[in-house]
Amino acid sequence: MNRDETLLLAHGSGGRLTHELVRRVFLPAFDNPYLRPLSDSAVLTELPAGRPALTTDAFVVDPVVFPGGDLGYLSVCGTVNDLAVAGARPLWLTWALVLEEGLDGELLHTLVEGAARACREAGVTLVAGDTKVVPRGKGDRAFAITSGLGVVPVGRDLGDHRVGPGDDIVVSGPFGDHGATIMACRHGLSGSGLVSDCSPLADLAETVLTCGADVHAMHDPTRGGAATTCHEVAARAGVRFVLEEASLPVRSETLTTCELLGLDPLYLACEGRVLIWVAPQDTERLLTTLRRHPRGKGAARIGRTEARKDGQALVLLKTMIGGERPVDLLSGSELPRIC
Amino acid sequence: MSTPDAFSDRATVEALVRRVHERASQLRRPVTFMEVCGTHTHAIAAAGLRRLLPPLVRLISGPGCPVCVTPVDYLDRAEAIAALPDVIVCTFGDLVRVPSSRGSLERARARGCDVRVVYSPRDALPIARDHPSKRVVFLAVGFETTVPTVAAALAEAESERVSNFQILPGGKRIEPPLRALLTDREVQIDGFLLPGHVSVIIGANAYAFLVEEFGVPAAVVGFAPADILLGVVELVRQVVDATPRVANLYARVVRPAGNPHAQELIARFFEPVDTRWRGLGTIPASGLGLRAAWAHRDASSIAVAVPEPREPQGCRCGEVLKGVVEPPECPLFDRSCTPDAPLGACMVSSEGTCAAWYRHERFGTGAAA
Amino acid sequence: MCLAIPMQLLDRDEWDGTAELRGVRRRVSLMLCPEAQVGGYVLVHAGYAIATVDAEEARKTLDILDEVAELEGTQE
Repeated sequence: MNRDETLLLAHGSGGRLTHELVRRVFLPAFDNPYLRPLSDSAVLTELPAGRPALTTDAFVVDPVVFPGGDLGYLSVCGTVNDLAVAGARPLWLTWALVLEEGLDGELLHTLVEGAARACREAGVTLVAGDTKVVPRGKGDRAFAITSGLGVVPVGRDLGDHRVGPGDDIVVSGPFGDHGATIMACRHGLSGSGLVSDCSPLADLAETVLTCGADVHAMHDPTRGGAATTCHEVAARAGVRFVLEEASLPVRSETLTTCELLGLDPLYLACEGRVLIWVAPQDTERLLTTLRRHPRGKGAARIGRTEARKDGQALVLLKTMIGGERPVDLLSGSELPRIC
Repeated sequence: MSTPDAFSDRATVEALVRRVHERASQLRRPVTFMEVCGTHTHAIAAAGLRRLLPPLVRLISGPGCPVCVTPVDYLDRAEAIAALPDVIVCTFGDLVRVPSSRGSLERARARGCDVRVVYSPRDALPIARDHPSKRVVFLAVGFETTVPTVAAALAEAESERVSNFQILPGGKRIEPPLRALLTDREVQIDGFLLPGHVSVIIGANAYAFLVEEFGVPAAVVGFAPADILLGVVELVRQVVDATPRVANLYARVVRPAGNPHAQELIARFFEPVDTRWRGLGTIPASGLGLRAAWAHRDASSIAVAVPEPREPQGCRCGEVLKGVVEPPECPLFDRSCTPDAPLGACMVSSEGTCAAWYRHERFGTGAAA
Repeated sequence: MCLAIPMQLLDRDEWDGTAELRGVRRRVSLMLCPEAQVGGYVLVHAGYAIATVDAEEARKTLDILDEVAELEGTQE
C-alpha cells in the first residue's frame, strides 16, 4: 500500500491486498530471517541461558502521532521497557495491528517506520505480526498489541520482593513528559520543548544492572504515572515511600502544561523513564552511572523506603514548603480542570 | 511575572509560617478562617499547609467549589441531553466523574453518549462548526471567574453565526452563599480568605458588605503558598486588632472595581436566578441563568426526562460546608460515601472537605522524626 | 475555581493573541482583556486572558515577602 492510498477492509482479509501490504510495507521495514518466511509461527533459535521473560501490552494513543514519537514507536518501546525493568534482555517481539478502514497510507507508513526505528534502537527483532482491518467507525484509527520475549541472565533477581526499608528511590529522568505532551496536543498547547520522553531503555537498564550497584527493583512509570507505580509497589512490598517534592525532576515545559491544565506530573505517564529501588550505599554510584548514559541525564534520588505501620499512607510527599501530603491512587486518568 | 517561584519559595514560606505563629500568639481564642474556592482548597492540600499552622488557627473549606456544589439534577439533565441522538456535550474535565442519580458523564460516555472534555468553552465552537447537523451543548458551570469566558464564547457564537452551539447554564455567584453563611446562626467564621480569581472579575470592592454589614475580617488572596499565608497573617492581624476590612493582597491582578469588560459580558448574557446548591439547598439569586433574549442558546429548554432529585439520606454536607461539623461526624463518611463512590458535594471533588479529610486526615504522618 | 496562570503575550490581533510561559504557548482570547499589551503578562483562565498583571503591584508584593523573610529569617 502506497503512502497516498487509503486502507481498505480488503487489506485485512487475507487475500491479495493483505499479501501486498505485508510484502511491500511490513517486510521491508522489519526484514529479518525469522520474519521473512512469513510462516504461521516464527520458529526461533534456542534461548540464551537464564530465565525466559514474556510480556504483552496493548497500545492506544490519541493523537496517534505526537512530538517525540507515534503509536508504532511507542508500542515497541513500551514492551521493550517492560522486559528491561524486569532485568531481562529483550530479544524478540510480535506486533499485531488493528487498523480502521480509511486509514491514511502516510500514517500507516509512519507507524511502521516508527516501530522499525524503535526495534533498531533497542536491538530487538520483530519476528511475527498480524494485521486486521475493522470497518470505519469501529476502531480509533489504530491499535497496536505487542508481545516481547527476553531472557533474565542467570543470577539476576529483581522484583518487589527485594524492596525493603532503607532502599533509596531513584528516577532516570524528569517526570510526566509523555503524558504532558499528549495533553498539550489535545488542548492546543505547543512549544518546541513539549516532547514525549518515549524511548527504549534496554541499554540503560543493562548498564544499571552491571554497574555494581545493588539494585532491588525497577519499574517504568507508564499509565497513571510515578504516583500509581509507587503505590502499587508499596502495596505489594508491604512498605511505604517518602518522596521529596523538591527532588522530583520535572522539566519546565511539563510543569507549565500541568499548571495550565490542572494536572500533576506525578500522575502523568512516562514512556522512557525508569524508577529504581537501590540499596542506599550504592545510590551515588547508581546516579553517576545513570547520568553518564544518554537516556539517564536528568537522574535524581527522589525519596526513600520505610517500614509501614497500620493506618499510614502508602506514599507520602514532603512538599516543597515543608508540609506533607499523602499521594493517592487516582480513580481514573488525569483530566484537565478549571477548578 | 518572571518570578512566580518567589511565591512558593521554601525560605519565604517558612518565614511566613513563623510570622503566622508569632501573630497567633496574641489570639485569646481559637479562630476559624474559611476559604471559599476549590482552587484554594486544592492549593492548601497540595502544599500540605494545614499542618504548618498554629493550633489556634483552623482553616476550613466553604462552598466554593462550583463542581462540588453543582446539584444532582444538573448532572441528570446533562446526561439526558447527552443521550439524545444528535447531541455532543462538551464539558470541563472537572464534571466528568461527578455523580448523578444514575452514574456520571463518564458512564454516559461509556454507554455511547458523545461527551468531550474541553479546556476552554471556546474549544466547543470548532466542534460545533465541524458538526453542523449536531447540537453542541456546553456545560457552563463555574463562578464569576469562568462565567465571562462562557459569555465571551456565546458572543463569538453569535457574531460568527454558529447556530448549533448552546449552553446548559450552571454558573453561580459567590456573594449569596457568603451572605447565607453569615446569616446562619450555627456558623462561626472569624475571617474569609477570598477567591483571588473570582475577585479579578468582580473586584475587591464587591466584598465591602462583609465588613459593612457583618464586621468580618477578609483578605483577597492568590493561590501560591506565600499568597495564602500572607492572607492568614492578615486575617489574624485583623482579628487581634479588631479591625475588619477587605485587604486586597492580590493587587497584581485584582483591581478594586474588577474587570469591566468581563462584567459587561456577564450582564449582557446572564441574570441572577434562584438555584440549588448540592448540600445547601436553594439560595436566592445565587445562580446565573441566560436572559430571555438568548433563549435560542439555552439548552435547559430541551425536553428531557429527568429523575426526581434526591439528596442522599443522612448526608450532612450542608453542615460540613458551613464548617459546623467535621466529616467523621457525618454517618455516611467512609461508609457509603468515599472518594471512589462519592454521595455528597464534600466528597465529590478530590479536595472537597470530606475527600481531603479521607485522604489526609485518616493517616498519621508517622514520618521518621 | 479557578486555575489561572500568568503568561506573557507574544503577539496579538484585535481579539486573540499568543501567550507563552516557560516555552509553552497557547492561543488565548483577549475579548475579556482588550487592553493587553504585547510583551506584558496576562492571567489566563480557560483559554481567555482575564486580567493584565500589574508589574508594579507584583513588585510590591515581592517586597513584602522579602521583608518578612528578612525579619523572620533571623530566628533560626
